[in-house]
Amino acid sequence: MSHKEDFAMDNAELELAKLRAAPITPKIRLQIPPQDMPAQDPSARRSNMEEVAMGYTPAQAMLEAERCLQCKNAPCIAGCPVRIDIPGFIGKIKEGDFLGASRVIKKTNLLPSICGRVCPQETQCQAPCTVGKALGSVEKAVQIGRLERFVADYERTHGAVEMPHVAPPTGRKVAIVGAGPAGLTCAVDVRREGHEVTIFEAFHKPGGVMVYGIPEFRLPKVLVQSEAEVLECMGVDFELNFLVGRTRPLRALLSEDGYDAVFIGTGAGLPKFMNIPGENYVGVFSANEYLTRANLLKAYMRGVAGTPIYPSRRVAVLGGGNVAMDSARMALRLGAEEVRVLYRRTREEMPARAEEVAHAIEEGIIFDFLKSPTRVLGDDRGRVAALEVLSYELGEPDESGRRRPVPIRGSEQIIPFDTVIVAIGNESNPLISHTTPELHVDKHGHILVDEKQKTSIDRVYAGGDIVLGAATVILAMGEGRRAAQAINEILQ
Amino acid sequence: MHGTHRIVSKTQLSEEVFRIEVEAPLVARERKAGQFVIVMHDEEYSERIPLTIADADSVRGTVTLIFQTVGASTHKLALKNPGDEIVLLGPLGNPTHIERFGWAVCVGGGIGLAPLYPIAKALKEAGNRVTVISGARTKDLLIMQKELAAIADEHIVVTDDGSFGRKALVTEPLKELCIQVPKPDIVVTIGPPIMMKFCAETTRPFGVKTLASLNTIMLDGTGMCGGCRVAVGDQTKFVCVDGPEFDAHLVDWNGMMMRLGTYKEIEKEAHDRCHLEMQIAQLEAHAADKEPAK
Repeated sequence: MSHKEDFAMDNAELELAKLRAAPITPKIRLQIPPQDMPAQDPSARRSNMEEVAMGYTPAQAMLEAERCLQCKNAPCIAGCPVRIDIPGFIGKIKEGDFLGASRVIKKTNLLPSICGRVCPQETQCQAPCTVGKALGSVEKAVQIGRLERFVADYERTHGAVEMPHVAPPTGRKVAIVGAGPAGLTCAVDVRREGHEVTIFEAFHKPGGVMVYGIPEFRLPKVLVQSEAEVLECMGVDFELNFLVGRTRPLRALLSEDGYDAVFIGTGAGLPKFMNIPGENYVGVFSANEYLTRANLLKAYMRGVAGTPIYPSRRVAVLGGGNVAMDSARMALRLGAEEVRVLYRRTREEMPARAEEVAHAIEEGIIFDFLKSPTRVLGDDRGRVAALEVLSYELGEPDESGRRRPVPIRGSEQIIPFDTVIVAIGNESNPLISHTTPELHVDKHGHILVDEKQKTSIDRVYAGGDIVLGAATVILAMGEGRRAAQAINEILQ
Repeated sequence: MHGTHRIVSKTQLSEEVFRIEVEAPLVARERKAGQFVIVMHDEEYSERIPLTIADADSVRGTVTLIFQTVGASTHKLALKNPGDEIVLLGPLGNPTHIERFGWAVCVGGGIGLAPLYPIAKALKEAGNRVTVISGARTKDLLIMQKELAAIADEHIVVTDDGSFGRKALVTEPLKELCIQVPKPDIVVTIGPPIMMKFCAETTRPFGVKTLASLNTIMLDGTGMCGGCRVAVGDQTKFVCVDGPEFDAHLVDWNGMMMRLGTYKEIEKEAHDRCHLEMQIAQLEAHAADKEPAK
């Protein structure tokens, strides 16, 4: 992560020219360093909502593409939840055929501008990369994610977005519940077969977690809107402000409204709280609430947006995942003087992407490891005044395989805060299961599906966080694809 | 992409109270007494606010919302006209559990009379004896009176200032009813939180089951954010999906009222700014009227 962008970018052109002056052997490829992602300077970006990572230049992209060995077994493809032809698109970048690279990606992934930004590539495609293995570090793998993002952005900015081909009408209709990553992906693959597709979305904008959860400075909302508009151009119908389960029971879509199949992609919108005393004081927010106010409802535009955001000065964020990082970095941008992330394990055990943690530290967010609150303390108006915090040490591993935090008795301390953001996870939103009898769920509320994403109800499929529990955009997309394939099979 | 709903009619019931009818055929068909909607006056920058469904016509495909202009968002909503589109999501929340309880007393305060009406009507249709207590600060804020009188077996009207009906708070006639033998089988109360709290305290010593419909701050209305949470007994519940009705004797009223005040200062600022903007718009309109034709 470098904010010395001008130097790095000019340097790339020079390096590329030098490299291509002579035949390039695998050994030479391995000597090319991974290209830094130009990023906004931390002291500037902590008070703006613009994208932090600014994207490669064409020269940087080509230089990075030259690092790929085009190895025959391509372990990267197996690491990708939707099996993008990674060496294929990287090969095109090398040739300077960026639009050709986009075509390769879009054969399997229709949201590359999003995945290129939010996928945890370091645990997916980049983890088994031959180059990373040869150089002894996943950080030195080919920067597949950054290349994917470059290609997607190039296609968008050169006005060359291609519409996927749609087969002639079949007369069959499919209902998609939820316009998040699972639903959008399923919709595309079903629509391509010529079936009529309607997406039902509870919010007034499509995108799901991509629009309410992931902040503007990581994923600009205009990108999500563009992707949804591609679907519209394909003939997909969007019914916004429609809550399946309430506006219309799910069963009625099949039995009365003429839909031949339904896909449920309603997501993990059920916030988990700590269940500690004081958690209902004014100033305690779930990360979902905090981020929805800030992102979807644009509370960062004070005085313009009607949705208020709490005027925070000292913020505690509880949790160690990407949502905790997003909440902390958003709180900073909303004007907090101090933001501390309290996590009961250490940096090594944090599930958040290393890049997000690094960005957060650069921006001045403070990390309190091996700490967790036992109580929220309030003032006489019922507002958050402080947290009572206990210190921990790591003991034996628990069911998740990570070392279990063990409280250190007597280590309680009182730390003043005016805001607490609880970002300890989300569970599957129960509205659909509660209003649809015979839809089987497990004890966590996850909808049970078979390997074809089929639920306990005939012609009803499900995928994404509602099945997996809170996971990622790309996993949701993979499930949406599989469900679409199964739906297309039964509609033949 | 569609999803907005057209306003079909608008009536001003008093200085601060408005009624709008919105085209929403699916909501009109599906909705049951006790449910509400989330509304935005525009798709880009509006706040999301919960409003109760006062009535619905499934033949015409419309729902009726009655609201008071208490802040910037409700003011902007009141400025909308027939033909304008708004965002409307519903019907939300669990329907009121209606059964033949015996004798049901429905207590409504101010704007709470709007959602009370469909509940009182449903209770009457289920075979209950229904007594309605309508209360408001002043005569102007009494709404739904004709409708309530038409379905109630007894209708007691009170105002704080005595400008109409009996000069009393709703808790006074409520207590008089609770003292009777036999006492009411159920009380349903909807209105300002402080009113519902005192209704709960009034019925508690008599052991009369009391339901209150809570009106907390809400965002999505689908249970995904927890912003509407309230302590009920020793549990935390989400008003938008577990409610909106709860056992009034178990609700943490003080906690609920404190949470309702989360954004008080910001809301006041926005409300003041809204008033200012409205005044400026009016002045500009007058100035334009006075200008000679060009």
